Amino acid sequence: MSRGRRKVSRFRRWRSGLGQHLRHFLSSLGELWRTPVTSLMTMLVLGFSLSLPTLLWVLANNAAKVESQWQSAAEVSLFLHEEIADGRLKTLLTQLRGMPELIEVTYHSPEEAMTEFRQHAQFGEALDYLDENPLPGVIRVLPSVRHADPVAAAALRDQLAQLPGVAMARLDLDWLTRLEALSATGRSAGAALAVLLLVAVVLISANTIRLSILQRFDEIKVMKLVGATEAFIRRPFLYGGFWLGLMSALLALVLVNVMLVWLDGAMAQLLSLYRSQFRLDGLDVRQGAAVMAASCALGWCGAWISVRRHLRAIEPQ
Amino acid sequence: MIRFEQVSKVYSGGRSALDNVDFHIAPGEMAFLTGHSGAGKSTLLKLITAIERPTMGKVLINGADVGSLSRRAVPFLRRDIGIIFQDHNLLMDRSVYDNVALPLLIEGFSNREIGKRVEAALDMVGLGDKLAYAPIHLSGGEQQRVGIARAVVARPPMLLADEPTGNLDPKLSMEILRLFETFNRAGTTVLIATHDLGLIARMRYRTLTLKQGRLLSCEPEVAA
Repeated sequence: MSRGRRKVSRFRRWRSGLGQHLRHFLSSLGELWRTPVTSLMTMLVLGFSLSLPTLLWVLANNAAKVESQWQSAAEVSLFLHEEIADGRLKTLLTQLRGMPELIEVTYHSPEEAMTEFRQHAQFGEALDYLDENPLPGVIRVLPSVRHADPVAAAALRDQLAQLPGVAMARLDLDWLTRLEALSATGRSAGAALAVLLLVAVVLISANTIRLSILQRFDEIKVMKLVGATEAFIRRPFLYGGFWLGLMSALLALVLVNVMLVWLDGAMAQLLSLYRSQFRLDGLDVRQGAAVMAASCALGWCGAWISVRRHLRAIEPQ
Repeated sequence: MIRFEQVSKVYSGGRSALDNVDFHIAPGEMAFLTGHSGAGKSTLLKLITAIERPTMGKVLINGADVGSLSRRAVPFLRRDIGIIFQDHNLLMDRSVYDNVALPLLIEGFSNREIGKRVEAALDMVGLGDKLAYAPIHLSGGEQQRVGIARAVVARPPMLLADEPTGNLDPKLSMEILRLFETFNRAGTTVLIATHDLGLIARMRYRTLTLKQGRLLSCEPEVAA
């Protein structure tokens, strides 16, 4: 047996091993180039399958950004006792402004509330018949981001309600909870869809590599007969899967960016109606690199599945 | 080098291909293996190359027991055996050079070393000027010689040929056999399976004759 017998020194073996890898790495790219139409079709299918999860990811990132904007807008209204003394009010305001949980504290006097109420409500004249202003003073406070999620905000509201001079503290929690639930549902639906499509990517890559294995059936048989190890035979196919992944990731990134430009235009119009300055964020360099790395890994995975199943089956007869 | 100890091979389904075969081919020996088709020649060659495993008995190649060889060890066993096929088994979409270079690529030689060895091997079989040809554009005899070059390029200690002259005329057949003699004189163990009895008669080497899976005669070695 020749396992111990070396025809080549260890260093040269190692160096040529590296050379072999490089050769396989490049020749597997050339292999794709040999059948340009088929390869392009596969890459398109893979690219489309990848672009949807990528787009979902981008949209999820944007949704998170919007949500954080809206959530920090969750304000707590503190309705004060009618007979509150000026001194007490000042102390209360100072106390609130000193709380690290709050980023903004504004006081609206009963008079201001009345003026505002007159402007908005249709019964301005009816209000004139009132002997005195029935509206209480209100302090509006904005919790900081860390205290803006529904649970923390509710706790904060309960804490503020205990303060002397405060008759009632109100927080529009339902709205926040609903938004939270809605976005959670959206996220899991998106995640499920993304997982399905990523599995599809693996399967498509596996099938493509399976076809190229079958195409090179005779070659593999001969290689096994002249003493090629499984690793040696496997390598070009694994690199093939890697290349498929990389190419389709590039394609998906182009597709996603085109879609984003198109969506951004439509969104900007819609959001301008809500007086929002919101713009869609694309993928930054790191996220783009993550998409490419993930795609290469998926392509490689598919190739690996195929190679495992089919290379063993090819044995010289 | 090649030792069979009471080897039997029964294929699944019950067909018995080899029955209690016992022989030894010493290092540096050249021998013929003959018999009608179906006599078990192919099975015997498959056992040597670990394509099949013996049902009973022991096949020892270079001291390694084929029956208990692990999957991972099989390629390394095959690197010690240059195999020549009747149907050449060349890769038709590669050049002559690439075909011959394959065993060296697999063993991890450098490009320069591969170039030198491939040219030397092709020179030896008289195809030094056809490196860039596609095998499909060569004649049958030339294709066979490309197959031989591929088998010897890594300088294995053992050559195995399965009907190497199957499709060739007598003159070409003789040339091919002379080539094997050259390798044998350089110390390579050679085993040639053939049903061309006329060819064997002209050369005085040990002949193993198989009939229905049994070894009929194992003529004593005659010095060439």
